[in-house]
Amino acid sequence: MDFDYSEDQQLLQESVQRFVRENYSFEARRQLVATEQGYSDAHWAQFAELGWLGIPFPEEYGGLGMSGVETMVVMEAIGNGLVAEPYLSTVVLGGGAVAAAGSDEQKAEILPVVVEGKCKLAFAFAERQARYNLQDVEMRAEAANGGYRLSGMKSVVFGAPTADRFVVSARTAGGSRDTDGITLFLVAADAPGLSVRGYPTADGLRAGEVTLDNTPGDVLGEVDGGLATVEEVVDRAIAAVSAEAVGLMGTLNDMTLEYLKTREQFGQPIGRFQVLQHRMVDMFIAHEEAKSMAMMAAMRLDEEDADARKKAMSAAKVQIGKSARFVGQQAIQLHGGIGMTDEYAAGHYFKRLTMIDRSFGDNDYHLRRYAAL
Amino acid sequence: MRIDITDRDRAFREEVRAFIGQRLPQDVRDKVRDGSLLTRGDVVDWMRAVSERGWMCPNWPKTAGGPGWSPVQKFIFEEESYLACAPGPVPFGPQMVGPVLLAFGTEEQKARHLPGILSSEVIWCQGYSEPNSGSDLASLGCRAVRDGDHYIVNGRKIWTTNADWADWCFALVRTDSSGKKQDGISVLLIDMSLPGVTVRPIERFSRMSDFNEVIFEDVRVPVSERIYDEGKGWTCAKYLLGHERSGTAGVGLCRQRLDRLEEIDDGRDPEFSRRIAETGAALEDLRWSYLRLVASKEADDEIGPEASLLKIRGTEIQQDVMELLMEAQGYFAHPFIERALAQGWNEPPIGPSEAAGATAFYFDWRKASIYGGSNEIQRNIIAKAVLGL
Repeated sequence: MDFDYSEDQQLLQESVQRFVRENYSFEARRQLVATEQGYSDAHWAQFAELGWLGIPFPEEYGGLGMSGVETMVVMEAIGNGLVAEPYLSTVVLGGGAVAAAGSDEQKAEILPVVVEGKCKLAFAFAERQARYNLQDVEMRAEAANGGYRLSGMKSVVFGAPTADRFVVSARTAGGSRDTDGITLFLVAADAPGLSVRGYPTADGLRAGEVTLDNTPGDVLGEVDGGLATVEEVVDRAIAAVSAEAVGLMGTLNDMTLEYLKTREQFGQPIGRFQVLQHRMVDMFIAHEEAKSMAMMAAMRLDEEDADARKKAMSAAKVQIGKSARFVGQQAIQLHGGIGMTDEYAAGHYFKRLTMIDRSFGDNDYHLRRYAAL
Repeated sequence: MRIDITDRDRAFREEVRAFIGQRLPQDVRDKVRDGSLLTRGDVVDWMRAVSERGWMCPNWPKTAGGPGWSPVQKFIFEEESYLACAPGPVPFGPQMVGPVLLAFGTEEQKARHLPGILSSEVIWCQGYSEPNSGSDLASLGCRAVRDGDHYIVNGRKIWTTNADWADWCFALVRTDSSGKKQDGISVLLIDMSLPGVTVRPIERFSRMSDFNEVIFEDVRVPVSERIYDEGKGWTCAKYLLGHERSGTAGVGLCRQRLDRLEEIDDGRDPEFSRRIAETGAALEDLRWSYLRLVASKEADDEIGPEASLLKIRGTEIQQDVMELLMEAQGYFAHPFIERALAQGWNEPPIGPSEAAGATAFYFDWRKASIYGGSNEIQRNIIAKAVLGL
């Protein structure tokens, strides 16, 4: 057993951390997320140049063929800097679906351009009535003229406003919550009948409501058997946001600790008060617990047994949720009034942590899944 | 010991309900229900309607213009107001400045300021915290130097809620820094339209903006606007902090948000329904603790440091309710169109109509365990003043 990074992993970490240091001062991030697009094309081109967009994809498709650990390294740094580029939606979610279920042809068509930074993807799997239930799918796909036409709505699709292609889960058979009968489709953003109502999210990122109306789509993977891929891809996203949350908590804890050491009230730094010391210790413990789970999640993603993988990801998501909530809320509390302001970074880290808790299943959902497996 | 809700109380509840039904505009009610931002007009117009009926200052003695309600009646009024989604009043005039004037003001000061508070013609804010004086409030440094019949005030106040709406400010200033920090503090009533007063809004990360920085630069305040003796302001401040603590239990607000939550809970997730119920039970306890510790007291009774427990539990439960309401939105906690919270937005909402407000309120309500003396400070008060530790 080895919890240390290899030399290559250390180099990758240094490179992502350097990018964050040089490009993601809090002020720069604030200005970036306030723009219409919400992120920088120049950053995205840099991600491509440095190879980060190809980390999980096989080398034959231009990728680096790396494991979940390298994705963790990148996502943790993304968390450290509150990075706004759509890495999660393009590489982990959309790219993950194509890599997991695509035919050789589809992979050859899509992954190399993703790696080059010339194609952004989004994964449209959530629906209004479904909450976090991945098999609650009402989007319909009907066979027509040798292809399929899709109609329905997908909600809160991360990265939707700037996606070039969507991976969409739709029902080709069965009732709206059946396990079987879900198929994944590739849909071009400019396909007829597709419209996106884009918006900023509470954490400053971008998402959208995606409506399809008799829109043509290409089958991705097995007809009627798409749920396993949806689950696998969402599990990859859980591992990724777990690492991001670890990065967020790390920066937030550093910031809070520094404040406790420098803010003076009653003639001394407030960090001298034992009640605040113990709170800070609990925040430190919460971060360490989250680290362990994020590492476990990254290493067990490729587990053969899908149920064992799902159970592991649920356990990770529950701990990440608990830690994120505690660290986020207490960071604001210990900062007092300044923590509530928009011009101070803590609130923005807290917002992203909170939204991670609202993504890919919350604690109730994952405790249920953990218990059922 | 008995619970005596009389026929008179029931009739009073009907009377309050009827009044709110007649006078509260539907659009304001909808905004409060969905957690949209309220304008000064929304809040002040409603305050004036309540004032017209003579109900603005329930804690004042009848001789000073209070309605002469029993504790139970006060409670009924507050509860009905929230349940009907009426905006809460800007509390600083009726709940803070008024009581302090009644306790410490001269007849002349009372005659000058109480009528404007009673009628809601004059809106007040409270100048307490400073950048370097938060939990350690008594270390405040905003200076007032005597110059004939005036004080010349220089300094900065921060986190000043509603300063952008206020006509007057109730401020703690330092008139002497030679002795103990609690000595040498005085209370001044400052007209916000005086030259040298600047209000700068401070955006919160929740994007709901109602606190401010107030800067005083050579502001000339007449000595006649000093309440109580020079250097004895800490006595007034402590008196007021007691009122602020007890005024923030927020039972009705929680009840109204929880009702909304029960309305939207479809029962598909029994664990979530259980958590709503658990919070409901905690709220019921808060309600009875409020009745026992505050509402049953007469106007002149001093509210003890026990009131700190209401501030602690009240804000914790408020935060739990806000969190549940946000969690109930699932993925719809994400979309955040800032304009959707403001006036004049009429595009269809993304997801349920309360979703945008639910997330903003969750973030914003983190302030509740910080303001009015942080919950850590409240625990210190109980440890020291109640438990003798």
